[in-house]
Amino acid sequence: MQITGAQAVMKTLEALGVDTVFGYPGGAILPAYDPLIDADFTHVLVRHEQGAVHMAEGYAHATGKVGVCIVTSGPAATNLVTGLADANMDSIPVLAITGQVATSAIGSDAFQEADVTGITMPITKHNELVHHPERIAPAIKEAYHVAKSGRPGPVLVDLPKDILNATFEWEWDDRVDLPGYRPTVRGHGKMIREALDLIASAERPVIYAGGGLVRAQAADELYRFATRLNLPVVTTLMARGIFPDTHELAVGMPGMHGHYAGVRALQEADLLVTLGARFDDRVTGKLDDFAPHARVLQVDVDPAEIGKNREVDVPIVGDLRIVLEQLNGVLDDKAERGEHDRFVPDSAAWRDHLDVMKREHPLRCDQPETGVLKPQTAVRAIHDTWGDDAVYVAGVGQHQMWAAQIIPYTRGGQWINSGGLGTMGFAVPAAIGAKVGVGPDVPVVAIDGDGCFQMTFQEIASAVQHDIPVVFCVINNGYLGMVRQWQHLFYEDRLSQVALPQDCPDLLKLAEAYGIPGFRVNAVDELDTVMEKARAITDQPVLIEFRVDPEEMVFPMVPAGASNDELLESPEEWHARVAALRQA
Amino acid sequence: MYHDRHILSVLVENKPGVLARIAGMFARRGYNITSLAVGPTDDERVSRLTIVLGTEAVQLEQIIKQLNKLVHVLKILELEGEGSVERELQLVKVTSDAQTRSQIIEIADVFRAKIVDVDHDALTIEASGNPGKLAAMLDLLEPYGIREMVRSGTIALSRGTRSITDGSKLRMQRVV
Repeated sequence: MQITGAQAVMKTLEALGVDTVFGYPGGAILPAYDPLIDADFTHVLVRHEQGAVHMAEGYAHATGKVGVCIVTSGPAATNLVTGLADANMDSIPVLAITGQVATSAIGSDAFQEADVTGITMPITKHNELVHHPERIAPAIKEAYHVAKSGRPGPVLVDLPKDILNATFEWEWDDRVDLPGYRPTVRGHGKMIREALDLIASAERPVIYAGGGLVRAQAADELYRFATRLNLPVVTTLMARGIFPDTHELAVGMPGMHGHYAGVRALQEADLLVTLGARFDDRVTGKLDDFAPHARVLQVDVDPAEIGKNREVDVPIVGDLRIVLEQLNGVLDDKAERGEHDRFVPDSAAWRDHLDVMKREHPLRCDQPETGVLKPQTAVRAIHDTWGDDAVYVAGVGQHQMWAAQIIPYTRGGQWINSGGLGTMGFAVPAAIGAKVGVGPDVPVVAIDGDGCFQMTFQEIASAVQHDIPVVFCVINNGYLGMVRQWQHLFYEDRLSQVALPQDCPDLLKLAEAYGIPGFRVNAVDELDTVMEKARAITDQPVLIEFRVDPEEMVFPMVPAGASNDELLESPEEWHARVAALRQA
Repeated sequence: MYHDRHILSVLVENKPGVLARIAGMFARRGYNITSLAVGPTDDERVSRLTIVLGTEAVQLEQIIKQLNKLVHVLKILELEGEGSVERELQLVKVTSDAQTRSQIIEIADVFRAKIVDVDHDALTIEASGNPGKLAAMLDLLEPYGIREMVRSGTIALSRGTRSITDGSKLRMQRVV
């Protein structure tokens, strides 16, 4: 059968089972937008290409499937760069399809030409510029496979316009031929046994659970493993929810703005059971002082992560879900022979110690009965309103940290945010993509800051146009709050370019302009009424603005570059520390 | 800091941009390449790179892992100094006249180098060998006046019967 390259793109995406693509048409990709009219999948028209790639990320986050976006050449493709870098850092499976100028024009500085495979080489897992129409199907199929397997990531396929227009004989082959790409998925048997022996001998073990567990969809296997061995669990920013915060073994979040017990658990542990985590600087603080007493067991599907930042005692390369199944399998065998208990570490005293810390060092927030609304209270109210079933999506900054700290997460994929790259503007489009992924029954709530929101709010139009009912919450403190916090703490309160007028734009008028219901909470007294009204709306997007205390800061906090032992729990503690240092 | 010299032999798919991917990875992760040689193999779908690095063991391990993550990289082998044969090719244009010509040819002979071009005022010598030998020859030629020179990156093979493709499954059934 003779078909065009453009038709081959559609047939390939259909064959891969793609149900939604997020995109924006333009010159070089025009041939693809014609057969797209008849394609078997939905196309969500965005308002900016960055929105398309963040939506694809949100979709992938929420479903575990590959998120697909399609845009034209040149400026459209360069608008994907931020989202691809974001997906690369957080290991999100994304397939990006870009148009390219005709092969005869490549290299001639043609209209809307950019070297997109060159530009995205360092921020994609792989990419390919397609030179023949016969390569379209294999290139997209391979890209899809590479994006979702091993350590997931973004893969880009660049399609010149003449290749899309060319006709050729269509042939479909299910096989993927990548001789240089064979991720290890099963853990080494000897290492599995060594890992269990290492855990058995620990007195203060803790599972350092990272985003890799979410990507591997290993929540059930993790739960079984942690609970049978009584291992306390800290969940990193990328892993919130993969182990339920409501469980007694959950110790919270580690890192710069982690929970007190979460940070201390790693510092005092004698064994880190590192699962899909990468010893990121926001978790470790000063690396030399991180978890100084701990031996390290590390499981990761990416061999390059093992031992990259911290020396490892027992390394296991493999898919987290499969390795945890293997570990549970060995323990099941031991149990049959009555030897299971030998592998359960004697950690009762350690768990008691962590429980005391959790009790004695809760998050702090002084919310007055009336008047000013604290951002923490707003986040609590958001969770009280949409509950444990909802998916929460954040941008980057103070609101992100409060949302990560305060909401008790109970499922993997329930918490979506930009961790590694720290991409402001992520929340609005990612929430739209997530909502497309989870469907009508699961509420999706974006918790955004006023700075982030203004970077990408144009995508509300996409949500309206395509009936994607996301709840957009803006924690409006009239500042780039996290930058203000650092200027306050580290630059003697010399505030530089961080003020964003709280009433510009007027978010209620903005909601009106987009034709969606808008609400504003000015003070804590108004909270309940507004939330009740907002909760009632489920069939269209909603915008809720929370006018909060502009000066509230995120604590606990480990000062940048400091040891995690310097964790400070409140501004008062911070100022006392500074005063003491001055005197000395 | 003391850096050991390491030689990596890397088989890659012969695809557009593969060298850029490798060079880019080294550049963005801050690894230094001492020398790099790329060429075809007996299989036209496969190219072979020889990369010489000055680095510590821990970083070398990370470099190998990062190289392995590139989809087009098929196999990586570290060639140990004693267990491998390494060569560089060097062309040197030396100032010479009727008086010095025979002396220069004598030096070239000692190093088993060849004269590949002669002119009234210059000789071009082709030499191959390990970096030490080539440096020694250059040192002796220096007093005559070196007009220009060029040296290739190191290429290397392991000694004995073993080869980089041993035990590997380079299943390249079909490359479109």
